[in-house]
Amino acid sequence: MSALSEPAGAATDNVPDVHVEVRDLTMAYGSFVVQQDLTFSIQRGDIFIIMGDSGCGKSTLLRHMVGLKQPAKGQVLYEGRDFWAADPLQRKDFMRNFGMSYQGSALWSSMTLAENIALPLQEYTDLNAADIRELAQLKLALVGLAGFEDYYPSEISGGMKKRVGLARAIALDPDILYFDEPSAGLDPISSRLLDDLILELRESLGATIVIVTHELASIFSIGNNSVFLDAEKKTMTASGDPRHLRDTSTDPKIHRFLTRGEA
Amino acid sequence: MDDGYQLSFSTAGAGGLQITLAGSWETRHHLPETGRLESWLDSHPGIQQLDFDCTAMTAWDSALLTFLVRVTAIAGKNNIRVEQSGLPDGVQRLLHLASAVPERKGARRSAGKVPFLARVGNQATAAAGSATEALAFLGEATLSLARLVCGKAQFRWSDLWLTVQQTGAQALGIVALISFLVGMILAYIGAAQLVNFGATMYVADLVGIGMARAMGAMMTGIIMAGRTGAAFAAQLGTMQVNEEIDALETLGISSMDFLVLPRMLALILMMPLLTLYSDLFGILGGLFVSVTTFDIGIMEYLHRTQEAVKVRHIMVGLTEASVYGVLVAVAGCYQGIKCGRSSSAVGAAATSAVVSGILLIVIATAFLTVIFNVLGI
Repeated sequence: MSALSEPAGAATDNVPDVHVEVRDLTMAYGSFVVQQDLTFSIQRGDIFIIMGDSGCGKSTLLRHMVGLKQPAKGQVLYEGRDFWAADPLQRKDFMRNFGMSYQGSALWSSMTLAENIALPLQEYTDLNAADIRELAQLKLALVGLAGFEDYYPSEISGGMKKRVGLARAIALDPDILYFDEPSAGLDPISSRLLDDLILELRESLGATIVIVTHELASIFSIGNNSVFLDAEKKTMTASGDPRHLRDTSTDPKIHRFLTRGEA
Repeated sequence: MDDGYQLSFSTAGAGGLQITLAGSWETRHHLPETGRLESWLDSHPGIQQLDFDCTAMTAWDSALLTFLVRVTAIAGKNNIRVEQSGLPDGVQRLLHLASAVPERKGARRSAGKVPFLARVGNQATAAAGSATEALAFLGEATLSLARLVCGKAQFRWSDLWLTVQQTGAQALGIVALISFLVGMILAYIGAAQLVNFGATMYVADLVGIGMARAMGAMMTGIIMAGRTGAAFAAQLGTMQVNEEIDALETLGISSMDFLVLPRMLALILMMPLLTLYSDLFGILGGLFVSVTTFDIGIMEYLHRTQEAVKVRHIMVGLTEASVYGVLVAVAGCYQGIKCGRSSSAVGAAATSAVVSGILLIVIATAFLTVIFNVLGI
């Protein structure tokens, strides 16, 4: 809660403040190594992009960071505390501060949109049903879907589902928001609007944002820090501001990736 | 009650109200109340403008936002202007965002209660609609079978063999177990009554004819409805959710030929075979009870069974089995094909496939029994 709980008007961006740190991480499925020796850190308030070619393990990295998959080796630290070394109850505390928006929205189809947003609130707060309903309405209004509380996910469009996924992710006012391919399957305008929404929420909530994407327009317009994963070398080959990487990287693969092979 | 937040009101100039927010405004146990604001406004008429002082606020989250949304609504009702400049920057932006897209007209669902008669009417119309749909599906399935006979169906033989294996060979274990137990139950109940007349020997007739004529086919049908009908509905339903069926249709491949036909054929072929197998295990179950509990010799029992069970009894059972095969396959595939596009719809499709499958089997049994009786078979 700390980012959001900063005293009103306090400047959080003056002091570099490491929010998430990934140290010497190796990800593997059985004996098959997906990526190894990943080491990078994410500052509080960053919009951090995880990029790389298809199948390089971007989503897998996200799964390791949010606690869906245990690393084969290495650590994921939140404010200096090791996530995977913590016991399951402490991990739940960490996870309360995560918000995650999934590639396919992952809305629970048997629940209405309001119920989808209400579930994390019911799990983690002592609020009564009326207060939870009101918060759910507010979150839906924030993503531009006021009045759709009693719809089921099957009754709304793909772009709307993405936005509800985002509303669910911010239900608990998380410190850190994870996005897996937020613009997958969206038209360029919807995708741009979603980017604006993410940016706006970052500005007003003060949360750290981690995005898996290979949408170049998004990478350059909202990202201020990144890591590039190479599928062949099975490790990260660059990190830093994506615009800076595009202009200065000497690695031909990264250069090709960030210029769509056109330059 | 966690009083992390402090709220106070003061007048500011003529017709002005200043709301001072202090402490921590976070979603802990409850959302901040606006009742005090309303009573304050009631006791101070003539307020035209409202502004905020947040200098002593230490933390905020959505709790503050919901409070402000409520305050704005109350202010709107009383024609009071809300000046947001005293609020933290992030809060102002979020409030702007929350009101940026106005609620779409007509989007909200009316929560009104539907009258009883209207509900009955809706249900009846829906039932009539789904009956028509089911008949149309049956018609299409028949056409598809006709195309198969003419050699025009687009259809993969490997799918048929795979389904045959899944519905036939892999069901042998459960069919054997259940039929053996049903045979035992029949023998036990039958013999316990027959022993009063000194006719225990006739338990072999009872079990043999009972299994061959009705119980073998019926038990197999019910197992198939629960096992295979549900699997068909879930498979086809998931394909519907993943747009796999749309992908077939856009290629010009009939989902009826490609998906429904192999499943129906497999079940129609396997049901009679499984029923024969079930008859055998039922008789063995009866034999087991007769030999162990009622002192009937093995050879005696088998001989009695051979005398009692005629080919026509077995044929009656097999005819029923074929009918049940069609019913279970149609119920499963129909529910799968008309499944909605969500995971809960797949669950509902699997449930209705089993329920309607069993219901159809029981209704068909009633009809067939009457028909066989009239025909004297």
